[in-house]
Parts: sequence; C-alpha cells; structure tokens
Amino acid sequence: MDRLVLLVSTGVARGLVVALFALSLVIIWRAARIVNFAQAAMAVVAVYVAFAVQQATGSYVLALLAALVTGALLGVAVERGLMRHVAGRTPLPGMIVAIGLVMVLQSTLGILVGPQHRPMTPVLSQSPLYVGTVPVLSRYDLFVLVVALVVVVGLGLLFNRTTLGLQLRASAVAPEVSRLLGVRVPRMVTVGWMLSCAVAALAVLLLVPTELGLNAHSGDVLFVHAFTVAVLGGLDSPAGALVGGLVVGVLVSLVTGYASAGLAPLAVLALLTVVLLVRPGGIFATREARTA
Amino acid sequence: MTPTRIRTIVLRALLLTVLALAATFALDPFRNYQLAVVAATFCATAGLTLLVGLTGQLSVGHAVLMAAGGYGYALASAPAADAGLGGPARFALGMLGALVLSGAVGGLLGLAGARLRGPYLAGLTLALVIALPALATQVPGLGKDQGLSVPFEGVPAPLAGLMVVEQWHAWIAVLVAAVVVTPLVVLRSGRPGLRMRAVHGDEVAARLAGVSPARVKVGAFLVSSVAAGLGGAVLAVVTQNVGPGRYSLAFSLLLLVAVVVGGLGSIGGAAAGAALVVLLPWLVDTAVSGLPADVAQRLSGNLAVAVFGALLVAVTLAWPGGLAAATAGPRGRLARRLTRGPAPALPPPSDTRPDPQPITER
Amino acid sequence: MRNHTPTPTPSPALRAAAAASAVVVGLTLTACSSPAAATPGIDDATVTVGTHQPLTGPAAAGFSSISAATSAYFDYVNEKGGINGRTIEYVVKDDGYNPATTQTVVRELVQEDDVFAVLGGLGTPTHSSVLDYLDQNGVPDLFVSSGSTSWNQPEEYPNTFGFNADYVVEGAALAQYAADEQPGAVVCVLGQDDDFGETFLQGVELALGPDGVASAQTYSTSNEDVTAQIGAMKEAGCEINLLATINGFTAMALGTAAQMGWFPRWYASSSGGDYPTLVGFLGEDVGPQLLEGFVSANYLPNSPGGDWYELFQQINDEYNDGAAFDGNTVYGMSLGYVFAEALAKAGEDPTRESLVEAVESGELVGNGILPLTFGADDHAAYDGVGIAVVQDGVQDFVGATYRVDGETVSAVDAEPVPLENDGIPAP
Repeated sequence: MDRLVLLVSTGVARGLVVALFALSLVIIWRAARIVNFAQAAMAVVAVYVAFAVQQATGSYVLALLAALVTGALLGVAVERGLMRHVAGRTPLPGMIVAIGLVMVLQSTLGILVGPQHRPMTPVLSQSPLYVGTVPVLSRYDLFVLVVALVVVVGLGLLFNRTTLGLQLRASAVAPEVSRLLGVRVPRMVTVGWMLSCAVAALAVLLLVPTELGLNAHSGDVLFVHAFTVAVLGGLDSPAGALVGGLVVGVLVSLVTGYASAGLAPLAVLALLTVVLLVRPGGIFATREARTA
Repeated sequence: MTPTRIRTIVLRALLLTVLALAATFALDPFRNYQLAVVAATFCATAGLTLLVGLTGQLSVGHAVLMAAGGYGYALASAPAADAGLGGPARFALGMLGALVLSGAVGGLLGLAGARLRGPYLAGLTLALVIALPALATQVPGLGKDQGLSVPFEGVPAPLAGLMVVEQWHAWIAVLVAAVVVTPLVVLRSGRPGLRMRAVHGDEVAARLAGVSPARVKVGAFLVSSVAAGLGGAVLAVVTQNVGPGRYSLAFSLLLLVAVVVGGLGSIGGAAAGAALVVLLPWLVDTAVSGLPADVAQRLSGNLAVAVFGALLVAVTLAWPGGLAAATAGPRGRLARRLTRGPAPALPPPSDTRPDPQPITER
Repeated sequence: MRNHTPTPTPSPALRAAAAASAVVVGLTLTACSSPAAATPGIDDATVTVGTHQPLTGPAAAGFSSISAATSAYFDYVNEKGGINGRTIEYVVKDDGYNPATTQTVVRELVQEDDVFAVLGGLGTPTHSSVLDYLDQNGVPDLFVSSGSTSWNQPEEYPNTFGFNADYVVEGAALAQYAADEQPGAVVCVLGQDDDFGETFLQGVELALGPDGVASAQTYSTSNEDVTAQIGAMKEAGCEINLLATINGFTAMALGTAAQMGWFPRWYASSSGGDYPTLVGFLGEDVGPQLLEGFVSANYLPNSPGGDWYELFQQINDEYNDGAAFDGNTVYGMSLGYVFAEALAKAGEDPTRESLVEAVESGELVGNGILPLTFGADDHAAYDGVGIAVVQDGVQDFVGATYRVDGETVSAVDAEPVPLENDGIPAP
C-alpha cells in the first residue's frame, strides 16, 4: 500500500510537468493550428537564461520571470522571423523549418556551454512529506501542482472568458472571417506563440531540478511525452492535457514500479492506441473529428 | 493506365537502373557504400512521399517500418544461414521475411490510423518510434540494444574478380530500389494515385464516387510500409546489423525532411531528398573538419549539425514546395528540348513533374 | 500551316539506353578498386589511428571528454619524439552514439582516412555494429571502450581487443567485497536496462549465488527518474546497493534515496563511480557528505597523489587546454598509453599483423592496478579490479583487489604498475 501511494504520488508529480508542457502545445494548436517541433529546444534556451540569472542574482523568482520573458521573446522571434516566411499550404514545411531550428539551437548551445549537465537546485525541498508513515508529495511537487493549476485556470479563463481569447481561437479556426470582423490575425498568431513558448519554458524550468541537470537535450524526452499526452487528451483541450499528463505520469510510474522500466514506453503506446481507436480526437475532443 | 504508359515508365526505370549500376564502377568502396545507403533510404522516402503527399497521412514513424523490414530480414535469413542455404535463396527468404513483417506492422498501423487526422496520426506513429527500443529489449529474440547480426552477403563467385563487396552491396541496393520504386511510380501515375488524391481532397465526394476512403488510406499505408521495410532490409544487408539505435525518432524526422525538401508527391524529389539526408551531413562534416584541432574539438560534431540545420531552414524557406517544385520549370523546358521535331502545340506530358499542391483545408 | 506530326526519330529512351550500355562496357574494362597500399596509415614519420566517439547528442555529456584526453596524451608523446621516431595522429569522428553513424564514420576511417588501426571505439551498441566490418577488412580493433564481453572473442574476432575490465568482473568483485565487508548483509542491484546492467548482474550472481540478490531493479536512460526503483529497494530492506549505472544515474540514485531519508551503502562500477563527476552532479554542498564511504571499482591509476595521476594532471594542464580533470581524463590517457606501448612493441617497421602480435604477446603491462592480461587466447585487458573508497573527500584504493577466473572470484594483492620513463613506453 505504501508502495502504491509512493508510486502514484511520484507519477502525479512527474505527470504535472508533462501536462504543463502539453498545455503549451495545446495553446499553440488552438492559436495557430500547428505543432511546434522546436518548442523544447526553445524552452531549454530560455531556461539557460534563467539559470544564468539565478547564478547571478540568487533569486528564484527572478529566474522564473526571466524564463517566462525569454520564452515569450523567443516565441515572437521565431514566429515573426522564421515561421511567418514559410509558404506552402500544408504545415509540413513549417515542421521542417522547426526541425532545422532544433538542430541549430541544440548545437549552438553545445558549442557555447558544452555538453555537461548543469544541476539546478530545486527551490523547495524534494523530500517527501509524510502522512503518517506513508510518503506522499514533496514540497516541490506541491509547488509544481499549484503552478500547473494556476496556469490551467488562467489559460481557461483567457481562452473562454476574455475577448483576447475569443480572438485567438477565431483567428486559428476561421482566419478570413476573423479578419473581416476586424481581428488582427497575424498579431493573434504571435500572441499565441508567445504564450505557448512562455508556458513551455516554465515547464522545462520546473522539470530540470528533478533530473540530472540542464543540458541542450533536456527537453527532448519531455517534448515527446507531452506530444503524446496532448494527442491523448485532445489537442484542443487544456483540461485534456492536464488529465492526460496525470494519467500518463501515473501509468509510467506504476509500470516502472511493478513491472520494469523498460515496459513503460510500451504501456504508453498501448494506452494511446486504445484511446485513439475509441476517440480519434483524443479523450476530450470537442468534436469527433475536427477537419483541421 | 495505358500499356504504353506503363512501358515508358518501366523503360525509364530500366535506363536509370543501368546507369546507376554502371556508375558503381566509377566509385570507390566508401562512395559505393553511401550509394547503397541512399538507395535503401530512397525505398523508404518514395513510399513516404506517396503516403504524405497523396493521401495526406502524416507518419512520423517510418523508421519503425524500416526497422521491421530489417528485423524481418534478419529473423528470416539467420535460420536459413544456419540451415546452410546459399546466397540467393537466403537473400530471397530474408526479403520475404522483411516484406511480411513490415507489411504486418504497416497494415496494423494503417488500420489503427485510418480514422485519425493529421497530428493525431503523427502522435500515434511518434509513440511507436519511441517504443521501438523498448520493444527490441522486451521481446525475446530481437537482440536488445545491440540488435541482430545479419548473414554476410559476399560477392558471388562469377563476379568476384570484378568488384569488391561494397560495390556488390550497391548493386543489390540499386536493384532492390528499382524493383520497389517502379511499381510506386506506376501506382502514382495511374488509377490508384487518382483515388488517393481524391480521398485526400474530399472524402465524402470520393465515397460518392465509389471510392472507399478507408481502403485507399490503409492500402497507401501498406504500400509505403512495405517499401520502407524492403529499404530497411537492404540496409540490414549492407551494414550486416539491425538494431534499434539506428531507427530513432531523429531518423524518422530525417525521412520526413527528405520527403518535404525533395517535394511532396514527387518520386524524383524523394530520390533527391534521400541523397540529401544521407550525404549532406557527411559533406558538411568533411567541410567543417578542416578547422584547426583545438577549435575542432569543441565545435566539430556540433558545428556540422548547426550548419545542416541552417541549410534545412534556408532551403525550406526558399523552396517550400521542395526541390521538385523548384526545378519543375527548368526540367520541363529541358524535356521539351530533348524531344526532337517541331515544337508541338502543347508541352508533352511528363510524369516526373510533380502535381500541384492539393488544395487542402488547414 | 502547322504540321502536327513530328518527323519520326528514334525514341530518346532507346538512344540513351544504347549510350548507357556503351558506358557500362567501357567502365567494366577500366575495372574497379585501387589495390590497397602496402600498410595503410603508417609511414616513416607518422602513424594514423582513428576512433568513433559520441561528441554530440544526449550521450555526449558522459563521454565527450575522453578523446580530448587521449589526444592530449598523444601530443605529449609526439613532442617527446614519438614512438620509434613516429608521431601518432589521432582522428576522432563523432557518431552521436548512433550505430548508423558509427557505420559510416568507421568506413570513412578505414577507406578514406586510411587508418592503421581503430583505437578505443566507444559504446556497446555502436561498436557491435562495426565488429564484422573491421574483422573482414583486417583492421586492428584495439581497446574498445566498453565493458561488454563481446570484445573478448579471439576466435571470431582475432583483431578485436577490449580495454575495460568487463562488467562481469566488476559485478563479481564488488559483490565479493560486499560479502567480505558485511557478511550477511542484504544486497541489491540497480542496473541499466541493457547489456551493461545484465552482465553486471551476472557477475554479482557469480559471487553471491543466484539467490544472493534481494532485489534487482533496472532503469532506462530515457527516463531520468529512479524514484520507483529506489522505493522498491528501500522496501526490500537493502543494506548494500550495487550500481551498474552511469555517473548521472548514480547521483540520481544517491540523491533520491537521501530525499527519502534512506542512507544505505553504495557500491558502483567504474562507469558510474567517479568522485569529481558525482560531486558535480550532487553539488559541492551536499555531494561530499553523501559520498562519504562511497565504494567503487576501478582498474586505472585513479590515486590522487600517485605518480601516474600527477603525470596525467601535468599533461592535462599543458596539452588539454586546462579541461576538467576527472576519471575520464585518466581513462583517455591510459588508453593512449597502452596503445603507445603496443606500438613500441610492434617493432621498428610495424605492420597491422605485428601490432596485433605485440598485443597478443602478453608483454604489455599497461598502467593499472593489475597488469594487462592480453594473450593469444585472452583479448580482455583486465581480469580484476581494485576497490576504491571515498574517505574525507578523497577517493583512493583501499588495497582490496579481486580477480575473476572463469567462475571464481578471488581476493588477490594489488600489483600497481609503476611509472617509468615519464609515461612514454620504451620499445
């Protein structure tokens, strides 16, 4: 029983970070109808900046703000400077540009800072808190949980209750009509990119202290898991990303604990296949099959 | 599809094959090895360009299908080698194994993905690629991380004095590529290609016209999987080894890069793309390694990757339709010039010219 | 009036086919590959050797510094006159730990760079993919940087030699030390889910018997989290944990256990037991505390203050741009030293055959805690390891040394090879 609680709470903690990154993919999908394959690499660059800020000032809050700001700026830079100039009617050229961008970013980081991992100390303790004798979440995990909830609720409000959110969604689904109605569509796309990359940077910033350290490739595995989670939950649904992240996190943890670490990717594949066979648009798909 | 049309395609394929085989004599062993790898990759990119370009199904997991072919070859040819079967019989058996395994995996994947759109199919195929190392480790008999070794195909006795083993492997690769890609060209230019484009354009209209979208999509997936699988089998023969390390997500993405940069839907573009993703990294690495030693230590490897990435971005920004679309004009003019006689009223049809991008809703 | 019927001409396809056939015939007559040079990669002034290493990619973090250290050592040797008057040129190619890239770069090394030998190819899955190719082309495949037992197959691969003490030896030695130090303690194993972890476990079971391990956990490098595994081991009541982990995951294991308030004894293999690297991961504040009493296996002269160690530090400062000095540096330079020794023994005019003979002669001693055990029937470098413990922030050998001979583990005396001739082997 203790073991089960430990595994579930570990799964929840890890799953939250994946959910947060998946959320960033949902944002950019809702705003621009693309999946940004360079999301992780851009987020890692932002976290390197945050790391430098933390080393210089010793303040975690400043580092967090630096990560968000750098992420947003990178989003603007990549969208305005690169993606806007990609012609082509399918999203594929954009994907190829993103793949090229990942190579450039990761190798440049490798040249500038070298391949070694830079450990980041977590802002709060990672020792688990105990309920009786049973170890559950640690203070750091609770911090991640609070942040994730704040982001989900904030984004939900933004997309569903504000004019900006409506404009963002409209620009993605019906750009011509939106333009006719006076929405500055290109600006909305940029805003979507900004938000998305900022949230991605936040996710990676929260992830790195729990891993070996900051490294040009820190975000690779996270991106893949987050993409799976976003697809699982439905690319349109922030709630789907959250639920999907928790489910996948707990699944991986349970499989690793009770079976073996090697079976975890297979379990995720099986889950994804089953869900997509039943709901081709993901668990929380708003419609059975969106045409975009 | 008229018989003359098919004959033209087959003749053209024959011509290109003969040229390629002849070219192997002029190349040194390392270049022949690279040619073999390019030919094997071409099998996969040709199938992928049809799948993505004509039916719009985005597969990020074609590396797994190549791996399936490689493993199929290894699993079928190893017992054949133990039983003492000789070269051609063992090779044929191996190829059969590759066909069966990659067809099975591709068929299943196609069935699962028939109802999925765009990024959802991409997500499923991505999860599959990530699971490949785990599959290789957990399923007994697949050799785990180190993979399986593949029986060595030496140069057969009659040709032994004429060529080294790398050239022989290049011949195998070129011949297999010819056998695999020619039917794809025929498919593409004929009815099946039309059906694929119809289903991609508007499923409801296609259904009204009597075309079954599910069948066409699964069929396209199956065909491209088998093509990729046979390419993977050739890779296994040329490198004598098949393992999960080669068939990573990065490789799958490179296949997509090859297809898009070459030009979606264009077989010639798939060839150019395959050559690009195999040769360009090596070319860049060679160019970069001319740097002085201590600078090179930090930069080399990384600098090559950075340059490759930058080139990708530049090429895609300049020619989003791929190299095939970029060269369509000049090639059309060249084709007209090669056909002697008075200029006909209309330009002659050329089926190496890619179709215009299908108009898709986003 | 426009004439729509073109004048009949032979089909362009037919014409081109005829031209192609002519080309084929012509080229066949001019025939193919140039005959191989007498001995590639060696002349009166230079010897060229090559290697494949992960310089980029996720695996680079742990290994990219090794080749720089070897190059630095070769620079040192070259400046002192080389071996038998020849300078050693070391061509390092990046394979990103991807077996496909390894295949390409190794072929490039052999066919384009004409290397005399391949030295220190790194990685089990990467190097396994080129074993056959190197064997078929008769290229000496020396001192593979991996602890797999695949490099010790003298009959199948007569030109391939290992360098690491293999994982079976390390597992058996650490397990035996555990049994000797704390008889009756509960022993558990945490290993990587590949050849590394499996063969290490085999070694452990060699020493302790098949029931000797209370809990054997595995982790995957694609998942940087070992909480589940550590939790299971804690629950099983493990007192001594044997680790078949790379440095990053050793640090993870210690760190996670500490967070849970659990402080068992940790015994790590040489691939994951380097003190400076671990402190780098755990942090200067917490690291030394957590690592006090940390046990690891090693076979190279990793003794702070020892002759070899200080020589290597000097070479590192002078020839390696002041790069960080850790276990990888000692590893890279020791590899270089053993090659230099082999080259020196290969004679005034070495050939590929004489190089392999020199290694198989059994006269190479190396620079480790035990002499090298190369021979005609044994292509493994070390059949034993020494035990090192961290005491007061210093990681050094404590004298316990174990040898594995077939199925038995036995405690032996350490025979560290002394430094001679400033670390440059004499012929």
